[in-house]
Amino acid sequence: MTITLDGFPATRRLILKGAGAVALFGFGGFSLGSALAGANDKYPEDAFKQKSDADAIKSLYGKTAEVSDKVKLDAPEIAENGAVVPISVSSTLADVTSISILVSENPNALAASYRIPAGTLPSVANRLKMAKTTNVIAIVEAGGKLYSASKEVKVTVGGCGG
Amino acid sequence: MASTIRVRATSSGETTEVQALIQHPMDSGYVKDAKGDLIPPHFIQELTFEYDGKSVFVADWGPAVSKDPYVKFSFKGGKKGDDLKISWVDNKGASDTTTAKIQ
Repeated sequence: MTITLDGFPATRRLILKGAGAVALFGFGGFSLGSALAGANDKYPEDAFKQKSDADAIKSLYGKTAEVSDKVKLDAPEIAENGAVVPISVSSTLADVTSISILVSENPNALAASYRIPAGTLPSVANRLKMAKTTNVIAIVEAGGKLYSASKEVKVTVGGCGG
Repeated sequence: MASTIRVRATSSGETTEVQALIQHPMDSGYVKDAKGDLIPPHFIQELTFEYDGKSVFVADWGPAVSKDPYVKFSFKGGKKGDDLKISWVDNKGASDTTTAKIQ
């Protein structure tokens, strides 16, 4: 970048910046609102890169979860094939905005995160890979707070080592 | 090419239950091939379900989701014969879209 002394290009840049900000606000109002609502904006690249479950939750939501019996996590006691472990999460909490599932000792703990718009039921079923016997953690975001449930799943053949 | 997305959306009057099965390798980046070389990560990152112009469900996935992923959810509303639009995009920028009729 060049440093200008006469001030003219700098002024022009300021004007452009101003126009840019207006454009951002004009088009970005909606996405700004949903960004404030928590994990409800775009693909959470960083959260998926975190190794530990605690870091992934922090990266995804910026807060910690409290254990709640209103989060229901369905997972098998023993998974014979770690490559395909059926896991479902549902909740009786009101105003659920997202559901995330983490596998503690996978190379990257966060497995899946689901955005639940108003009108969609707080219930999801999917199939995940598990490297070894470890805890599966379900996080439910409801009314801006985080609730969790966890369960240990024994894996006899890991799903990550091939 | 046939669609990679298979969807069944069933309306029970008040709610619509959606089950989707997608053909995708979902390579984690931790598995080696026969020669001992790591297979690079290749997985769906975002899967979106739209009804009536609004998203009713968005999945953000990492590589820990199983190969040929399956997902099930339900939303309020949705009428028989209406369209449900499903699309995904993976970490290499590939994507697919399909539209299913609610049954």
